Amino acid sequence: MKALSIRGLKKTYKGGHVALKGIDLDVEEGDFFALLGPNGAGKSTTIGIISSLVNKTEGKVSVFGYDLDTQLVDLKRQIGLVPQEFNFNQFETVQQIVINQAGYYGVPREVAKERSEKYLKQLSLWDKRNNPARMLSGGMKRRLMIARALLHEPKLLILDEPTAGVDIELRRSMWDYLEDINKQGITIILTTHYLEEAESLCRNIAIIDQGTIIENTSIKRLLTTLNMETFVLDLSVENDAPVAETMTLEGFKWRAMDGHTIEVDVEKSQGLNRVFEQLSAQQITVLSMRNKANRLEELFVNLVEKGRKPAAAGA
Amino acid sequence: MQSSISFIALQTIWIKECTRFLRIWVQTLVPPAITMTLYFVIFGSIVGERIGDMGGRPYMEFIVPGLIMMSVITNSYSNVASSFFSAKFQRNIEEMLVAPVSPAVIIGGYVGGGLARALIVAVIVTCVSFLFVQNVAIHNFAILVATVILTSTLFSLGGLINAIHAKTFDDISIVPTFVLTPLTYLGGVFFSIQLLPGIWQHIAQANPVLYMVNAFRYGFLGVSDVNIAVALAVIIGFNLVLFITAYTLLNRGVGIRS
Repeated sequence: MKALSIRGLKKTYKGGHVALKGIDLDVEEGDFFALLGPNGAGKSTTIGIISSLVNKTEGKVSVFGYDLDTQLVDLKRQIGLVPQEFNFNQFETVQQIVINQAGYYGVPREVAKERSEKYLKQLSLWDKRNNPARMLSGGMKRRLMIARALLHEPKLLILDEPTAGVDIELRRSMWDYLEDINKQGITIILTTHYLEEAESLCRNIAIIDQGTIIENTSIKRLLTTLNMETFVLDLSVENDAPVAETMTLEGFKWRAMDGHTIEVDVEKSQGLNRVFEQLSAQQITVLSMRNKANRLEELFVNLVEKGRKPAAAGA
Repeated sequence: MQSSISFIALQTIWIKECTRFLRIWVQTLVPPAITMTLYFVIFGSIVGERIGDMGGRPYMEFIVPGLIMMSVITNSYSNVASSFFSAKFQRNIEEMLVAPVSPAVIIGGYVGGGLARALIVAVIVTCVSFLFVQNVAIHNFAILVATVILTSTLFSLGGLINAIHAKTFDDISIVPTFVLTPLTYLGGVFFSIQLLPGIWQHIAQANPVLYMVNAFRYGFLGVSDVNIAVALAVIIGFNLVLFITAYTLLNRGVGIRS
C-alpha cells in the first residue's frame, strides 16, 4: 500500500510565487524516504500541503488511501508532523505539550498520560516533563517535537529537517531512534540539508528543485550513477621528506594538498589497486585514506545544476 | 466515534485555556478586582452619595450590575484575543491545524476559556461589591445567568475574530480601545439612558452593550431601560452572526493557513 501518493500537485502563493509546478510522488508503506532540495525548492510547501497547513492550488494528495479533499479527518490521523521550527507553547510544560497534542487527536487524557511517559522516556525527556518548554536546550526541543508527533501513534511520520542545529552525538542518537521506529513499521519522510543523513537513513529519495521533482529513485541506484570519487591519501616515506612534491602517479588526476597529503580522482573503471601499486613502487606508505566529499552531495549538486540548465538557457 | 474525538479535543482546548489564564492569575484575575474596587470607591461611595437614586435605586446598587458586566465583557474579549493571537504568533496554532480538530471545536474551546475566565471574574467582582452594597436580592436568577453567559460568549467570539485578522499585537488592542471601551461606557453602566436628551436616547439604543447591561441589571435589580425579551433577542442574534463569521474564517484558513 502507498503511504503517500501525490499527483499533479501545484501551489501558487498570493503574490504569484509558484512554489510547486505539478509534482508526482509516491512513498511506499514502511519506507524511509528522503525529500531533498535546496532552500526554496518546495519541500516545506509539499509537507505543508500534506499536513493541511498550506492550501493547495491544484492536484491530488492521499495518505494511506485517504484523500486530502474528501477524507481529511482520517488522513490527518495517519500523520505525525515534526516541523522545521519550534512551534509549541514555550510556557507550557513538556508533558502538557505532548498530552494536549494527543487530545487534539481524540486520545483520552489517561491514555495520553501513559503514552507521554513511554515516549518521553524513549526520547530522554522524562526528567524534564515538568519543565516549561522554554527551559529546554535546542536538542531537547527537537526531541520534544518528535515525542509530540508520535503520541497519537501515526502511521506516517514527516520530519522537516529534524536534526538542524543538533550536535553530532545527539544527531546520531536521533538517527538510531528514527531507524528503530521505522523498523517497527512507521513510514518516515525526511527532509534534510545533511546529505549524509539521507544516505545513512533512507532507502528512497526524491530531489526537488524549483517546484519540480528532478529525481525519484532508490539511494542505491542513485549512487551507482556516480562515475568518479575523490580520495584523500595521507602519505609517508622513511626519512619523512615532503613526498608529495616528488612522487608520480601515472593515469590519474591528482593534486598535492601539502607535503604529505594528496587528492586523487579515481574513475570506477580504474580501481584503487593501481594507485597503491604505483605508490608502493616508490616506497611510499599510505597511512590513511578517506572520501573527500559526501558522495550524495556530489550527485545532488550535479542533478540540481543539470535540472537548471534548460531554464537558464531559455532565460 | 467522531463526536467522542471532538469532545476530547474540545475538552483539551478548554483545559489548556483555563490552565493558561490560571497560570497568570496575577495578570488575569487580580486587575479586575482592583479596578472594580476603585470604581466602587470613587463612583459608588464618593461621587455616588451626591448623585442619590438612579433608576429608582441607590446609585451604588445601580452601578453594581453594570460594573460586573463591564468586567465580563473586557475579560472575555481580551482572554480569547490574546490567547488565540499568541497561538498564531508562536505558531502553536499549527498543533490544532494538523490534527482532526474542526473549526467549531476550536471556537468552542477558546470561547469556553473566555467564558470560564469571565465567570470567575464576575464572581470576584460580585464579592468585591458586597463590601460596598449590603442586602442585594437577586430579582431573576435565570435571566442573570443567561445574560452573563450569552454576553461572555458574544465577546469571546468577538475577540477570536479580532485575533484571526490580527497581524501584530497592536491589532488586538485597537478594537478594545476604540470600539469596546466607548460602547461599554456609553452602554448604561454608570447611568440610565432616560437621563439622555430625546434624540440621544434613540441613538443609545443602537449600542448592543446597552441591552446586555440592562438585561443583567434586570436579572439583578429588576430595573431596565429596555425590553428584556428584545435585549435577549439582540444578544442571541449577535452571537449567531459572530459564530458564523468565526466559523467561516477558520474554515477558510484566513490568517492561519497560507
